[in-house]
Amino acid sequence: MSAHSITEPSVRQKWFAGALVAAYALITLLPLLWIIATGFKSSSDAIAYPPKILFEPTLEGYVNLFTAQTRQSPEYLAQNPPATWYEAIVHDKGMVIAGPSRYGERFMNSVIIGFGATFLSVVLGTLAAYAFSRYRIPLKDDLLFFILSTRMMPPIAVAIPIFLMFRNLGLSDTHAGMILLYTAVNLSLAVWLLKGFIDEIPREYEEAALIDGYTRFQAFMKVVLPQAATGIAATAIFCLIFSWNEYAFAVLLTSGTAQTAPPFIPTIIGVGGQDWPAVAAGATIFLVPVMVFTILLRKHLLRGITFGAVRK
Amino acid sequence: MAEVVLRNLAKSFGTTQAVRDVSFTVPDGAFVVLLGPTGAGKTTLLRLIAGLERPDCGEIMIAGRPVASDTPAERNVAMVFQQYSLYPHMSVRDNLAFPLRSPMLRTPEPEIALKVRAVAETLKIAHKLDNKATALSGGEMQRVSIGRALVRAPSIYLMDEPLSSLDAKLRTDLRVELKRIQTSLGATFLYVTHDQIEAMTMATHVGVLDEGRLVQFGTPREIYETPASLYVAGRLGLPRMNMLPAALFAGAPPGAQTIGLRPENIVQGTGRPARVVRIEHLGDQTRLHLVFDGHEIVTLTDPHTGLEPGDLVPIEPMNPLYFDADGARIARGDY
Repeated sequence: MSAHSITEPSVRQKWFAGALVAAYALITLLPLLWIIATGFKSSSDAIAYPPKILFEPTLEGYVNLFTAQTRQSPEYLAQNPPATWYEAIVHDKGMVIAGPSRYGERFMNSVIIGFGATFLSVVLGTLAAYAFSRYRIPLKDDLLFFILSTRMMPPIAVAIPIFLMFRNLGLSDTHAGMILLYTAVNLSLAVWLLKGFIDEIPREYEEAALIDGYTRFQAFMKVVLPQAATGIAATAIFCLIFSWNEYAFAVLLTSGTAQTAPPFIPTIIGVGGQDWPAVAAGATIFLVPVMVFTILLRKHLLRGITFGAVRK
Repeated sequence: MAEVVLRNLAKSFGTTQAVRDVSFTVPDGAFVVLLGPTGAGKTTLLRLIAGLERPDCGEIMIAGRPVASDTPAERNVAMVFQQYSLYPHMSVRDNLAFPLRSPMLRTPEPEIALKVRAVAETLKIAHKLDNKATALSGGEMQRVSIGRALVRAPSIYLMDEPLSSLDAKLRTDLRVELKRIQTSLGATFLYVTHDQIEAMTMATHVGVLDEGRLVQFGTPREIYETPASLYVAGRLGLPRMNMLPAALFAGAPPGAQTIGLRPENIVQGTGRPARVVRIEHLGDQTRLHLVFDGHEIVTLTDPHTGLEPGDLVPIEPMNPLYFDADGARIARGDY
């Protein structure tokens, strides 16, 4: 059937749109593919010029990323043959594995701080947005503007006061400190985004729930939250992406215990300079959680807001 | 079920006075209909009783107990809203079960299943129980929201134009059904409508509101036959009452400014001539539009009438109502 509604795009328009999307995807995905590929290159392939499109893949970068190595004498190496495939890779370079690297810890720090800050931002943001949306609050508009104004400068502009505050409060290089900091930065975005979503949910639903025998808090939990799920998912993704990728504060405020992956990855040094395959491997693994999180919540994002049950 | 008493209730929003000094009693088991144009305060009155609004002054008593400090849940009222009726993230079954699962009622699940099924069958939505609330037509949604009120046994059912979005047949069916339920349960209803048939057939009492004030409260017959004012007279009757200068016909009492003639209170065949302008065949009634002495009059006539536009028909009032300059009706005993 060729009959279609006039609001439906034509086949040619669809092709054109598809080509645009494909071109855009290519441009944005290319660096990503480059990093993923570099992670599987050998050190010399990684810096080869002209760049190698086809190369012999190796897990050397990943092994280097996760292990600390020391050089050993040929005699020692001959006496201690490698027992596992990853030991073999190290062995071939004249090294032995001395222990795990710190990447695992740094990655876990990123998980704890990133998801912790996201959770806190979304919980506080939802409560604040609900209050702004539903209650009569004195100076509401000024408060909302004030909250937004924290985003009008780059957060790093206040790096020095925050550095001093953290030092005096003993929050430097702690998980709690970084979670608090990222929550503070994310909160303005969370409140504004979520307020928009909650404003869209008609009060009548809560009123109906109040009459149906529920308290205001129960009505909020059972009627408002499920309908705000889309907005909460979107907000959570934005908050996670910020706290996951944040670099400047992480460099400034963390060095050991609470250091996240972004400041750690560039410091991965191999034999004779930067170990690019290990850096690329670290970046590749670092991408995975945000990708998984986004894909998991994508259904929520796409489900759309179900306002069909109302008569307008 | 319970009696609901309103005493000197007032509520304003900013500078708008939505409800002014309203007092009336909804007797236990009564079906009270509130009539009035948009903005007359009908919905505000329901929301005050439900506890969704706090009155500026006045008192509300449900079952003899003042409820000023009670939350909506504690008042044990059920309300059907005019719109935004269903929880869109739940199935029809969960929507109906929602009040029963509340911490106020805590009904056991087997009992919930029975009650939900019974209500769904009454409202003819049993086959849609597992649908998402958003997958229903407008009429079905409204039936579910009526059902959500009916699964409970509250002190009073508050309904805000519950049938206005339904098609004519469904409206008739549900009107009869609601009245049957109300009679069989002995339930107390406070019901807002614009629909004259709903008001006349369902109500035991009718309250007429004008700009937040209760201007008359009585049985539907009282409201129809002895309206307190021109305003009340205009609320009921289709076609509307003809309101003409009192001097147009002989026999007006002193002080009468306006004569009110319902279409059925105009006798054809005697009196002074009126010219036929238009005849409307509506099926169940045939309306005759006349011009009498420069004034338009609408009356009813035989469906097989031989009258044509331009014909002259003699007319005469029968049992007219008279109103003074302020619009208040002059009592029959006075003329």
